[in-house]
Amino acid sequence: MKIWRRTILILVAFYLLLPIAAMADFSTKSLSGRRGFDSWRAIFQQPDLISAIMVSLELAAIVIALVFFLVVPTVVWVHLKLPRLRRVIEVICLLPLAIPGIVLVVGVSSIYRWISIHISESPLTLAAVYSMLVLPYTYRSLSASLNSVDVHTLAEAARTLGASTYKMLFGIVMPTIRSGVMSGAVISIALVLGEFTLSSLLNFQTMQVEINLVGQSDGGVAVAISLAALLFVFLLLVAIPTTINRKSQELETELA
Amino acid sequence: MNETSGVKFVSAISKGSSASVKLIDIAKSFGQVKALAGLTIEIGPGELVALLGPSGCGKTTALRALAGLQDLDRGQILVDDKDITYLAASRRNMGMVFQSYSLFPHMSALANVEYGLTLKAHKTSSDLRAAKGKELLELVGLSSHARHFPHQLSGGQQQRIALARALAISPQVLLLDEPLSALDAKVRTQLRDEIRRIQLEVGTTTVFVTHDQEEALGIADRVGVMRNGILEQIAAPAELYDRPATAFVAEFVGLTNQILGNVSNGVIEILGVKVPTLAGSISSGAGIALVRPETLKIIPNPTGSGRIFAASFLGASCRLTIDLPNHSRIVAQVPSSDAAQLGAGANVDVSFRSNPIFVKPVE
Amino acid sequence: MKSNTGSALRGAGIRTWRKHSAYVGVAPFLLLVSIFLIWPTVSVVSGAFQDTKGKFAFSTIKSVLTSSIHLAAFKHSLQVSAITSITGAIIGALFAWAVSTGKQDGFLRRICLSASGVLAQFGGVMLTFAFLATFGFNGLVTTVFLKFAPHSFFGHPTWLYSMTGLCIVYSFFQIPLMFLVFLPTLDNLKPQWREASDGLGGTTTEYWRRVGIPVLTPAFLGSFLLLFANSFSAYATAASLISQGSIITPLEISGALSSETGSSNPALAKALSLGMVTVVIVVMALYTLLRKRVSRWEK
Repeated sequence: MKIWRRTILILVAFYLLLPIAAMADFSTKSLSGRRGFDSWRAIFQQPDLISAIMVSLELAAIVIALVFFLVVPTVVWVHLKLPRLRRVIEVICLLPLAIPGIVLVVGVSSIYRWISIHISESPLTLAAVYSMLVLPYTYRSLSASLNSVDVHTLAEAARTLGASTYKMLFGIVMPTIRSGVMSGAVISIALVLGEFTLSSLLNFQTMQVEINLVGQSDGGVAVAISLAALLFVFLLLVAIPTTINRKSQELETELA
Repeated sequence: MNETSGVKFVSAISKGSSASVKLIDIAKSFGQVKALAGLTIEIGPGELVALLGPSGCGKTTALRALAGLQDLDRGQILVDDKDITYLAASRRNMGMVFQSYSLFPHMSALANVEYGLTLKAHKTSSDLRAAKGKELLELVGLSSHARHFPHQLSGGQQQRIALARALAISPQVLLLDEPLSALDAKVRTQLRDEIRRIQLEVGTTTVFVTHDQEEALGIADRVGVMRNGILEQIAAPAELYDRPATAFVAEFVGLTNQILGNVSNGVIEILGVKVPTLAGSISSGAGIALVRPETLKIIPNPTGSGRIFAASFLGASCRLTIDLPNHSRIVAQVPSSDAAQLGAGANVDVSFRSNPIFVKPVE
Repeated sequence: MKSNTGSALRGAGIRTWRKHSAYVGVAPFLLLVSIFLIWPTVSVVSGAFQDTKGKFAFSTIKSVLTSSIHLAAFKHSLQVSAITSITGAIIGALFAWAVSTGKQDGFLRRICLSASGVLAQFGGVMLTFAFLATFGFNGLVTTVFLKFAPHSFFGHPTWLYSMTGLCIVYSFFQIPLMFLVFLPTLDNLKPQWREASDGLGGTTTEYWRRVGIPVLTPAFLGSFLLLFANSFSAYATAASLISQGSIITPLEISGALSSETGSSNPALAKALSLGMVTVVIVVMALYTLLRKRVSRWEK
């Protein structure tokens, strides 16, 4: 059985790592045929690309803020106070899974036309619809966390000790469900950085749209930046501990 | 445990910590279910009152209403004669200890204890806060665990930290919602005495909810027995035990034997002995007497009418299950020293001391 | 204590506010969701039932259902989704099995989880360039094969820009997705079942045939459906890979939205979207049913 295990692992690893290796290879080719980081350096010579990357990073930040200050408190609030709405919120949060991006953009394009005329033309307005896309993932990791900790009792304990609603939500409940919130945040970053469908069809210049554009003329740069994004998200995921699994040890000691 | 703690803590903690509590005709229904059906209780300053009853009797609902975590359909709550019925939970200054899992997992034991004080940081200096936290940890005997996190503490230790945390805010009333139910039997007994000791030292008015009658009788000044949202009887433990006011109280508190007999003129004849009935019993006709096991006298007699079916050694006492000639079975509790010759199969005479007993109607 | 009508009314008022005040907390969220999720969905569904002039009609839907082009694109979408989900499900399941039988907290598992987490989301444009770097005209594999076997499949990468290419590229995120979704199920395959089966005299084959596979099948099917919906909905990769023609439905929709000939057809886009949504909803509904079945067993 060990042979099978190893074989499968090697084959899958090969298939998955091959394109990444190819990206590394492709992006380090230079015109003169020698190895070089020309493509990588060229990234910084593309102002449109740089500004698009900034836009995407800013969008990620705004989406995380929306998630942190709007989605998470709402889900927690419903969990604590409005159990009857739980089903409704669950359906809403999982709805984006049933609505492909390409369909959502059809419905949302008229709204964004209105927004660009009456509010702002900035691509940062995309954050609103992006936060819809991340809902299923944040909801899932949140509800896993909420179900593993007795949030009700903690909230009530905080209240009887004198905590206001704000302090209870942000000082007690949120830190307790930290791991769920964090993993939701990381997925949100990955999603926002990788989003193309909505931004391209709504004519905004996000990172992916620019990469696609640059790729038409300079493949090396496109590949280099794609590889960089991949590594960035990978490092994020590894660096942030997403499962803080503390088993409570039941010590049956006598009272000291 | 540090027994020399005593006096010096009381000064730091007990300021303003004993208020009188009045629950006046409080009621709450959840849909069709009446959790509270008009409960009225008065609790004096510094008293420890236990609310005892089976699950669903409303004791927890009453406690949570007092804490402000449960709104009521009707009724008033007065603390020191001030109407706090509509006051928010965070403003009632009542310390609450929950059944389990109420310590904030991301904070150390000390931080948990100090939490109520850090919320009022603008009113207390940080030195005072630290001193109070330290004293409370010593009061519950967990100074050495100040930096430990809840998951590193045992269940009993966690509840002691929860108690310290509740006391840290110098509450007017201390509320305990079945704090021992989730713990092991041995830890339960030790911690229950601890809680009483601390409560007496600090002097806070306390309401203790439990379904365990041994617990309630063991530590309370008065015990209120509840059923279906109303109070059946509230009295000191001994009175509750010896003079139950209703059949339910008689059966819920302590063990009882059910023996058939006939009542006339306030006296019932059972096992050949005439015994006076308690107030609340039926006045005449056939009834079921609720007899406490320890009031039965068991005398070894080879020709006796009763026969021991089984004997359980409980340490200080012995529980004997005895078959009677009329095919009924009763349980008697005798000191182990008296039970030396009494084993399964022995014949005995059964009679009993003439304490007044409660007689309920035959169903 | 005195209780007059005034305070009783005040009490009733406070009680009613207390009961309903919590709903205020969800208002901002619901507002955001209504504007950016609910309304667009409703608008797509209702817009499908309009003709080009905006009046209520079945004409758009009819034209979609009778057009061979649209139906072909639909068919291709289903084909690509089916193929990539089957291959992704099988390979992903084997991958998950290989990792689940290893150490629980081991290095391998953590790396695989992190890598899969990234690759499952690594869609769209970046994936296209990854594969161009591998199998494209200047790709790694292509150059290698050109040296040794210039007329082979890998030497002539035109297939990359067709259905075949789409299938191979899509598998790249389907396999990690399957891994992520199916691994928890494998973890829940209790070793006690295997031990019980062995103790009762069963062989490995019998165990898998009678216990392992029946238990795993609902979760496997559920995960397969998830992969199907995922692949069916994908747009970005196809958009960046296939520059000419709209061989799958998502590309048709984007075409209808921003037609090159200058006359966009929003009603058509909406009708096609309705078709897509229907498929996805059916698939996700089946998935949810299967998941419920699985969670009953996973207790």
